Amino acid sequence: MSRRRTIAIAVTVAGALAFVWLINATALWEFALRALFPTLRDVLMPRDTLATFVLQHLALVGTSSVLTIAVGVPLGIWVTRRSGAEFRSLVVAGTDLGQTFPPVAVLALAMPVLGFGFWPTIMALFIYGLFPVVSATIAGIEAVPRSVVEAGVGMGMSSSQVLMRAELPLASRVIVSGIRTSVAINIGTATVGAAIGTGGLGVPIIGGLAVQNMAYVLEGAIPAALLAVLADSILAQVESAVTVAEG
Amino acid sequence: MIRLEGVTRRYGDELAVDDLSLEVAEGEVCVLIGPSGCGKTTTLRMINRLIEPSGGSIMVNGRNVMSMRPEELRRGLGYVIQSIGLFPHLSVERNIGVVPHLLGWDKQRMAERARELLHLVGLDPEVYLGKYPRQLSGGEAQRVGVARALAADPPVLLMDEPFGAVDPLNRERLQAEFARIQRELHKTVLFVTHDIDEAIRLADKVAIMRDGRLQQFASPEEVLNHPANKFVHDFVGADRALKRLVRVRVEDVMRSPAIVQEGSEELAFRVAAGRRRFVYVIDAAGKLVGWMDTADLEPDMDPAEALTRVDPAQASVRSDASLRDALSRMLGLGFRAIAVTDDKCRLVGEVTFAAVEEAMTEGDEHITNIAEEDAG
Repeated sequence: MSRRRTIAIAVTVAGALAFVWLINATALWEFALRALFPTLRDVLMPRDTLATFVLQHLALVGTSSVLTIAVGVPLGIWVTRRSGAEFRSLVVAGTDLGQTFPPVAVLALAMPVLGFGFWPTIMALFIYGLFPVVSATIAGIEAVPRSVVEAGVGMGMSSSQVLMRAELPLASRVIVSGIRTSVAINIGTATVGAAIGTGGLGVPIIGGLAVQNMAYVLEGAIPAALLAVLADSILAQVESAVTVAEG
Repeated sequence: MIRLEGVTRRYGDELAVDDLSLEVAEGEVCVLIGPSGCGKTTTLRMINRLIEPSGGSIMVNGRNVMSMRPEELRRGLGYVIQSIGLFPHLSVERNIGVVPHLLGWDKQRMAERARELLHLVGLDPEVYLGKYPRQLSGGEAQRVGVARALAADPPVLLMDEPFGAVDPLNRERLQAEFARIQRELHKTVLFVTHDIDEAIRLADKVAIMRDGRLQQFASPEEVLNHPANKFVHDFVGADRALKRLVRVRVEDVMRSPAIVQEGSEELAFRVAAGRRRFVYVIDAAGKLVGWMDTADLEPDMDPAEALTRVDPAQASVRSDASLRDALSRMLGLGFRAIAVTDDKCRLVGEVTFAAVEEAMTEGDEHITNIAEEDAG
């Protein structure tokens, strides 16, 4: 492993530890927000601790991202196979539409079916985050040189061997970068879930807006932003770990 | 052995390959050649079933390819393509090991094989085993491509314009190396190209195609001397006599030269020269030093004064070079004859312009000799 990689990983780990410390440092938040907003009676949302909001948020983002990857990557692979080729434009258009459709609207539409709480939010996030993963998977696989695939087939690899030994390793970097985009979007978008009682960092943000308490908004927004940065840098490490050595 | 019988490939109403029959004997190099779109690559790709034939039968080593699983068939056929298609994420060693890995060889056997093959294609294993394709030049990458095709020691090689994307200088080098490797391994090779010089240089048999049909299937000599029709005649080109020279090796037409060791007396030169005017001068190890024009020799002079020193690499040809190389060297230097040396720059003979002329006009005799030698 190169020295730069080691340093990058160390910085990411340090950042994660600092984040964990920060969301538990209630006294620090109280002090800082009170200094910023001296006129407010409460500066931290009394309903739950910040750490609880962050954990709820992570559960939302984690569940939806796992679903997005579990569906998006195979879907992207499938439309680059001969069997799925004719669905390629349909899948791209469909996932693209999913991203154009506002998540709040998805929540509103999903609620009558799935009710309040966790699952409608997961569904909204899943639909919203699918496009970057699917399109990156397609782009990554299609960027694999034709000569490599032809040589693989010509040497007697089965199509699944070509996929596992050549196409996916060569596409993995692009696929992970799509996942990175999707996760970053999800962390921000997951805050809308609070509107239908899902919890997470949206609770202080939406609650704060309702009662015009800017301290609450910051209590939700700052950790959400930091979480997005942290998740992105963790996935950046994954991305460089799967980037195949090419000399 | 490869045998095609009445092979046809149809695309809609078009016939890409039309009733093609040919046979490549074991250990022979058959070059498929023709203008683009003539069906040569389609033919090659039907043999490893990258394209399925519409009709006819294809036998490889006595087995009908349609009766085998495509993957199993392909693992037994070495395949080299113009774009090479090395796996960019694998080292040279692991690229060479792709087919052995598919066949389930153990690690040590694969590692040994990779070394052996790099040696064979003229790359130092110590330097190249750990390199990645991106770090290779075009010529090196194609050598690795050939090594990869040979990895599992397939009896049959399919080569689709393998040297087409390499610069002319490297192409000639690769062709020479391929010819050397083939003399060693005796694979049954089907080789597609659009370069007639390449075909004449490498082929035991040439199959000339046009619009999906076979125009002539014969030895290069036969194609050069007796083109079957106007198309073949035009395709081969007006410089058939020159092309014929590619098939003749210098060592088959050279004569023994007049030689004197450096430092000899004047009389020794005259005796050695006999009726010839020029005498080659060699050192104690037999290496070419230069030559002397006996017309310049005067009694009582030091013969060293009349000696023209030369660089053997510049002023001689190797014994395994073609007569065309010898001719172009002679023309370049303005000589009527040229010295022939072995791989250690030792003088072994001399080729004269007259010998080249003879080979050009009535060269068939020499050519047959070579063909027989190659076959043996």
